[in-house]
Amino acid sequence: MSKIPETLRYSDTHEWVEDLGGGRYRVGITDHAQELLGDLVYVEVPEVGKAIRGGEVCGVLESVKAAADLYAPVNGTVLERNDGLGDNPQWLNEDPYGQGWMMVVEADAVACAGLLDAVAYGKLAES
Amino acid sequence: MPYIPHDGLETAAMLAAVGVERLDQLFDEIPPTLLVHDMVLPEGLSEMALHRELEGRAMSNAPLRCFAGGGAYAHHIPAIVWEIAGRGEFYSAYTPYQPEASQGTLQVVYEYQSFITRLTGLEVSNASLYDGASGLAEACLMALRIQGGDKSILVPENLLPGWRRVLDSVLGLQQIRLVTVPYDRATGTLVLPAEAGDGAALIIPQSSALGLLEPVDALTDWAHGHGLLAIAVVNPLALALLKAPGDWGTQGADIAVGEGQPLGIPLTGGGPYFGFLACRKVHVRQLPGRLVAKTVDGQGREGFCLTLQAREQHIRRGKATSNICTNQGLMVTAATIHMATLGGHGLQQTAVLCHERAALLRELLTAVPGVSLPYGGPFFHEFVLRLPQAAVAVRDALLGHGLLAGLPLADWGMGEAGDLLVCTTELLEEVDLLAYRDALTAVLETL
Amino acid sequence: MSTSIFDHDHHFPGVELPSDIPAELLRKAPLNLPNPAELEVLRHYTRLSQQNFSIDTQFYPLGSCTMKYNPRIAHTMASLPGFARLHPDTPAPAMQGLLQVLWELQEWLAAVTGMAAVSLTPAAGAQGELAGVAMIRAYHAARGDHGRRKMLIPTAAHGTNPASAQMAGFAVVEIPNLVDGDLDMAFLDQHLGPDVAGIMLTNPSTLGVFERRIADIAARVHGAGGLLYYDGANLNAILGRVQPGQMGFDVMHLNLHKTFATPHGGGGPGAGAVAVQERLRPFLPLPTVGREGGGALRWVTEQELPRSIGRFSAHGGNIGVLLRAHAYLRRLGRVGVSRVSAYAALNANYLLKELQRVGYQAAFPERRASHEFILSVSDLQKATGIRALDVAKRLLDFGIHAPTIYFPQLVPECLLIEPTETESKATLDRFVAVMAQIRQEALEQPELLREAPHHLPVGRLDEALAARRLDVAAAQ
Repeated sequence: MSKIPETLRYSDTHEWVEDLGGGRYRVGITDHAQELLGDLVYVEVPEVGKAIRGGEVCGVLESVKAAADLYAPVNGTVLERNDGLGDNPQWLNEDPYGQGWMMVVEADAVACAGLLDAVAYGKLAES
Repeated sequence: MPYIPHDGLETAAMLAAVGVERLDQLFDEIPPTLLVHDMVLPEGLSEMALHRELEGRAMSNAPLRCFAGGGAYAHHIPAIVWEIAGRGEFYSAYTPYQPEASQGTLQVVYEYQSFITRLTGLEVSNASLYDGASGLAEACLMALRIQGGDKSILVPENLLPGWRRVLDSVLGLQQIRLVTVPYDRATGTLVLPAEAGDGAALIIPQSSALGLLEPVDALTDWAHGHGLLAIAVVNPLALALLKAPGDWGTQGADIAVGEGQPLGIPLTGGGPYFGFLACRKVHVRQLPGRLVAKTVDGQGREGFCLTLQAREQHIRRGKATSNICTNQGLMVTAATIHMATLGGHGLQQTAVLCHERAALLRELLTAVPGVSLPYGGPFFHEFVLRLPQAAVAVRDALLGHGLLAGLPLADWGMGEAGDLLVCTTELLEEVDLLAYRDALTAVLETL
Repeated sequence: MSTSIFDHDHHFPGVELPSDIPAELLRKAPLNLPNPAELEVLRHYTRLSQQNFSIDTQFYPLGSCTMKYNPRIAHTMASLPGFARLHPDTPAPAMQGLLQVLWELQEWLAAVTGMAAVSLTPAAGAQGELAGVAMIRAYHAARGDHGRRKMLIPTAAHGTNPASAQMAGFAVVEIPNLVDGDLDMAFLDQHLGPDVAGIMLTNPSTLGVFERRIADIAARVHGAGGLLYYDGANLNAILGRVQPGQMGFDVMHLNLHKTFATPHGGGGPGAGAVAVQERLRPFLPLPTVGREGGGALRWVTEQELPRSIGRFSAHGGNIGVLLRAHAYLRRLGRVGVSRVSAYAALNANYLLKELQRVGYQAAFPERRASHEFILSVSDLQKATGIRALDVAKRLLDFGIHAPTIYFPQLVPECLLIEPTETESKATLDRFVAVMAQIRQEALEQPELLREAPHHLPVGRLDEALAARRLDVAAAQ
């Protein structure tokens, strides 16, 4: 079973969102998503300053045998991104909720209210 | 039954296992109205009869001493090249998707990629594309992906016209604009474009359709100075002699592409050849086609496998870098063996010999009364000759002397009616060059 | 691992470069390629060849790839000096022998497909697809019908289909298949309209079954003003028996390196000739071969076919491959051609029954197999965690090439198996015995499969490391 921390919120496109306070949110892909994709070898995260729209493609994930789009979980603007992933895409497999974080975005709390909690995401991941 | 091994007993046993009585019952899900009963095809031939028929056809193509180039070149191919490439283990193998069962092909491609990177002076080479012209179209699409946005490609007017037509066909499907960069009518070489416009890349041929060497350093620097990528179009054999695209200008070309046929591939009327495509490592994710990498297995043994497959159509489907699947694998196998057999030394010797023979022929032919040289600049192994008669008529008359004298530029809508593009390779010895001069002299006297 | 070609190097003095070429145009550094001796080259590449599976040495039940025997006579014929030494720009009167072969091949492929005209130029299936969808586009444009931007493609189609449609400027709409393998007609009806340029289909489909309602599909698509594209990848299943032209298709490509026995060569060259109905003839890619009244043959160019979609390679395509396909077809003749599909179907259906007998599950047990069929090992995965990949890798240990796996993606843990007509009953029986043994191993010693292959030059390779480290050329 994949890990689904209770403290995080989730999108139905398999991203997690952590509320850092002050309208800042950290984003990554879930343990379930990295299991589905397999060994990741390449990741493309939007540049700092870029506006992203919830539910729309904002980056690329590639594993040995699959390619997937990275979806923005919420509307917002990218404040920081994890540049270390460029050389270390395996962090997404090894530590998706820690070292494998992808970006920090500025968004408003209302936009994040529609996200799933751990229980709801767990059901989605199982189905 | 040619190539079907079943005898009557075996067929009967298999039909019984399937639970039908006759072979045609295996097609019982096909609506009967769709079945055909007659098809206009000839009767089959025995292998002997087939051999006789095709040998007759092949022999009716009169053997000619070949002074034609224009993107396809007659070179000597060492016997060992196709002796090995024709081995069943290479010839009848599938694409190396199962790496454990394909280490031979995979290592060959890795060595091929290594050779091409050294010839071009760039860091990454793919495992081949269909031919030089379609490879150039892919290089342009690659440059457009790297540059992003709705941009155009700057195409030299002295690019081989056959290649230009492929660009028109392939890039035209996506409404990509091609802007023609003219050549100087006096020198035959490119002049620096007046403006870059919305160009994504400049194509730089070395050498051009007129056989002339271009000022590649200045052209590359101009491209980079205007925010364009530089796409080098090169002859791989000439690269044994000429500056590698990676060394062009101050930063080097970004992408190099070319026709691989001079590396051990027979002319065969136009194909199969192969296109090579190399680039800087920073652009590798936009490189179309297959790519082989070295890695290790679970026990730490070195091995090879296809890599970055997520760029390709079988995974990314509609969003792939290209639709290419099958490439020109066997041609690459032959080219790798060809390059290894000649070695770096042999390739350089061959390139120098091509150039020296071409220089000698140019001297011999321009001494024929009425024949002149429209362009005087440096060249590799092709040059334009200006004849006092229509080049098409002279070319046709020289067929009777057993010579394919060259390519009339008029066939391409270039130059003047008397212009003939002539090529010489190491295959043509001094006696052949003298025979050309004598035949040309005789033909010009009688035409 | 074998040694590298770079391990064989002998020293030579530098080559003197010509003085009549300006120094700034010449190589800066010596060409750093190795200089092995000829015998070293011979041994190195002969040893490498021995590390390959190939049709000549192994059974290759690789679905959708039609790995049949590549008759050696075809290779001998294509290598005749009268063909091999012919420069592409030889004037037509001096290359009549070659043009005759190409003209006949055009005629024969038109007959086999039930189409009006053929162009042999596309270099491979994917280039044929691109030319084919480009002709659909040109056809609509020529009628002033510019709104048709969508191409319908089944979810189970080969990946080249959507990639080619995309390259030709179309938006792709995927159509699902139903549980019995047929196309979802309701979905089709819903999406047909004045914005649809056409539909790309394979029949038999990539699911290994014949699309029974093809005539109905053709009527609906034509009724909505669209055209039908036939992906010829599975033509071996119906060769000499059903013509795509008669099924209602307007344009198609053939994979000569599948159906017509030309070699795969470790990944090419192929040949992807296109065939069209009369109304698409003006748009064919060039050059084609034409015949004068007196019988003389010539290349057909833009002057004669001004509405052509153009050219996709510098010359006339992969002519050496076309020569091989011609030799194969000429050898088989009319009767031989229809035997191909009969025995391809016999081998596939026999193998399906036998594999079911030893415990494997068919994806479409109620359907007749075409020339290939799909098994799913989901049951093994549930019982032991063994996946299709593990079965495939274990087969390699027995000297049998793996079937196609994980394609089509619609069937979980699938193996797509295509034996082809050139394999004997004895070969198929051995394959069944090996598959039965593997099934038993999966249940009793799953580790044996998970770690397979055990008997090849390398075991399973670290593909993630390959992509992350990206060592794609030998260091200098």
